[in-house]
Amino acid sequence: MAEIAELKSVNEQGEVVTCACAMGDLSDFESVPVDRRVLVIGGGITGITAAIDLGNAGYKVVMVERLPSVGGRMLQLSETFPTLDCAQCTLTPRTVESGQHPNVTLKTSCEVEGLEGEPGNFKFLIRQKPTYVDWNKCTGCGTCVEKCPSKGFALFERDAGRMPAIYTLSPQAVPNKPQIDPDRCRFLTRGKCGVCSKVCPVGAIDYEQQESFFTIEAGAVIVATGFDIYDWKKLMPEYGGGRIPDVIDGLTMERYLSASGPTAGKMVRPSDGKTPKEVVFIQCVASRNPEFHKSYCSRLCCMYTAKHARLYKHKVHDGQAYIFYIDIRSTGKGYEQFIQQSVSEEGIVYIRGRAAKLYQKDDKVMVQGADTLTGKKIEIAADLVVLAAAIVPNEGSEKLARILGIECNKDGFFVEENYKFAPVMSGRQGVYLAGCCQGAKDIADSAAQGSAAASRVQVFLSSYRNRMNREAV
Amino acid sequence: MKTIISGDQIKSDFINRVSEISGENFFNCYQCGNCSAGCPSVDEMDLLPSQVVRYLQLGLAEEVKNCKSMWVCAACTMCHARCPKGVDISKIMEALRVLRLREVNAQPRVDLTDFSQDYLERAPQIAIISGCRKFLPL
Amino acid sequence: MRYSYFPGCTLYTKAKKLDDAGRECSLKLGFELDELPDWTCCGATFPLVNDQHMLMSGPTRILADTKDRGDDKLVALCSVCYNVLKRTNHVMLNDEERRAKITDFIERDYHGEVEVLHYLQVLRDEIGFDALKEKVVKPLEGLKVACYYGCLLLRPVKEIGLDRMENPTIFEDFIRALGAEPVDFPFKIECCGAFQTVNSMATATRCSREILSNAVQNGADLVITTCPLCQFNLDDRQPEILKEDPAFTTIPVFYFTQLLAVALGLDSGNLGFERNFINPLELLQEKGLV
Ligand code: SF4
Ligand code: SF4
Repeated sequence: MAEIAELKSVNEQGEVVTCACAMGDLSDFESVPVDRRVLVIGGGITGITAAIDLGNAGYKVVMVERLPSVGGRMLQLSETFPTLDCAQCTLTPRTVESGQHPNVTLKTSCEVEGLEGEPGNFKFLIRQKPTYVDWNKCTGCGTCVEKCPSKGFALFERDAGRMPAIYTLSPQAVPNKPQIDPDRCRFLTRGKCGVCSKVCPVGAIDYEQQESFFTIEAGAVIVATGFDIYDWKKLMPEYGGGRIPDVIDGLTMERYLSASGPTAGKMVRPSDGKTPKEVVFIQCVASRNPEFHKSYCSRLCCMYTAKHARLYKHKVHDGQAYIFYIDIRSTGKGYEQFIQQSVSEEGIVYIRGRAAKLYQKDDKVMVQGADTLTGKKIEIAADLVVLAAAIVPNEGSEKLARILGIECNKDGFFVEENYKFAPVMSGRQGVYLAGCCQGAKDIADSAAQGSAAASRVQVFLSSYRNRMNREAV
Repeated sequence: MKTIISGDQIKSDFINRVSEISGENFFNCYQCGNCSAGCPSVDEMDLLPSQVVRYLQLGLAEEVKNCKSMWVCAACTMCHARCPKGVDISKIMEALRVLRLREVNAQPRVDLTDFSQDYLERAPQIAIISGCRKFLPL
Repeated sequence: MRYSYFPGCTLYTKAKKLDDAGRECSLKLGFELDELPDWTCCGATFPLVNDQHMLMSGPTRILADTKDRGDDKLVALCSVCYNVLKRTNHVMLNDEERRAKITDFIERDYHGEVEVLHYLQVLRDEIGFDALKEKVVKPLEGLKVACYYGCLLLRPVKEIGLDRMENPTIFEDFIRALGAEPVDFPFKIECCGAFQTVNSMATATRCSREILSNAVQNGADLVITTCPLCQFNLDDRQPEILKEDPAFTTIPVFYFTQLLAVALGLDSGNLGFERNFINPLELLQEKGLV
């Protein structure tokens, strides 16, 4: 029987160090091949960056994504700070590359349901959700999407617009094949309609499709499941609790501002489609609030709120934008300059304080706030209020943590091994973290972590020279 | 006019006493202003509730002692109910009031003889009693 | 069901209608409010500083009396009494040092054994709003009600715990059980100015004006409350508000028990509607409810 023994030795600096080593009868260990394939969970910009890096390094990668196309949150964005590049224009080359890369396989509408094996030889159980479209037949012509009569609320468009029941997430979606939302589809809910099936020239619509399961084998996995927005509608009645239509969150604002959004970039408000003339932005909504909500800073809101106000001003020249802030955190490269320009040149009024309450009065949203610099209680009759609500881990993170055998903190973010020196390593060998699932961060930092995780995976897989020892079973 | 602040002032007896009997740590406050945004009495105040806390953080005892805000605070506790850091300004305001009302030459803050017989007949006891308790020397 | 009942000073005099209607309705609903013998004033203020124990001796004695007569529940109708008793009981339960000081001083043995209930809580948790609905003989159809909670019925939530602080609904659920329609009322938890009415009357006037205007804007026919101090400010400040703003729409303000009495078919004439500044009787007649 082999034992793990602790050996003490002296390193070059003369310090005594401890290392662990297998001693005794090594026949208890067997040498097994290390699987050099990698699974990436989450097809946002972080996962895409990691997948392309690994693919370029010669590793075979499978990327699973729960939505029907890759791109993640960036798909929803308008322009990105601090350069105001069009998000779709910067994202599309990357989604396309991930889709065409010879070493990268996309598995969309898929979720990880189980894990067996050990580091170096994982076996993942994947659930393939039905798309109700046979993608082998579908040519991506889009006729079905055009003709679908059942437009409704879709999480992707937030409160900014509706989506047909058969849809793709963007005109440049990768893969560019539609899927049916079973909750919105008239045929699947009521057995009537069938328009898409009638108009599809290749007969790809398949209402009978069922979910299926398959396995993916890989030596390592990168978790890049991203973020969601705090459920302020349910948890913040002081901001109307979702009952005031013209109170929206930042992600909804992105859909309004996005040229590929439901209003084609036209700035209107949800209640009556009018152009809002007085717009109030509120930062730190549910963030930095240990008493009732989230204690952490969400890190993006200062920047994207300044961006929202600017983009709004670019669209509505005679509009007035106000930003309630407590502090401005603009530590990225070029960020502070972006803020300064917003403050001094864009006609945006920054109000230092918080808004305590919002309520509807006629067609206005009344904002009760304070400006701590003048020492005044402030009231603004707004046409639209945009909440920079806290960043939270995506739904299902805790379940995924259990499956993967890694840890979540009390807010549900995955816990890294060492925040400073091993931020992309989970506590478990072979499982790596990247992007917002580990903590709120912007696109630049997320992409950096994607690359960092890809690099760590390569270190891990190559350090065993294809084989590793494991305890014999 | 410049205001001089010092460690001695910040740790002065009065400031410590306010903290002690209110049970509140002023340094929990990060000056977001949420309390002031929801306070019903701000119109009649000279310092916002958040400013009262700020003055206490800086040890500006005289300014705080003489501010009007504590006397128009309605003890509604809205400030506390919404403070992201759990600071209970209603307790701080009460601490300031009682410390003033316990001073040797404390003057009553309300004069019940000012009220007409008619008013006293209409007003509920709870108004008069709680008013007396908040505004008469202890 | 039988509960110990603490009416409080104001309900014996200025807010008699709150008390009368509350007692009459309880009989109709099948629970008994057994008034505590020889009760004293609750003090009408809960001490917000931690070195003012005297103010808690009164309410502690009231709680100990309830315990000593063998009851474990004490019902209050007035928001102020409810708040003072409930917060005092919270100290008795959770703060050993202060409890020892107070109980030593009043020479009583009390450890927070009594549960303080608001009348609305009895209706919701013990009777049930569905059962209440069944007992309604005159549904208040067509009546649009602004349910005003004010401060003391709700806050601080961690100590009171009757309902959530922002957008509570117990009052609206009650009103629906009576067949009336609660209106959207964002100012339902704002302060009326409370005891500032004896010091900074401008505060009470302004606060009342904002609350009432908000009720009117949202289409309310009337405002109901549980608190004699709120009722007083909201009703009594209206002539002053009218002086400041002749365009102000007046609105009747009355106690929830009065409305309950109307719905249960009790004789509202005996319940003293005429004592309000803005008389609700006209409104109720107009709606065919009395
Ligand atoms: S709400 Fe709390 S943290 Fe914010 S300013 Fe007021 S006391 Fe300070
Ligand atoms: S308790 Fe006093 S300071 Fe706090 S919100 Fe109410 S009136 Fe303002």
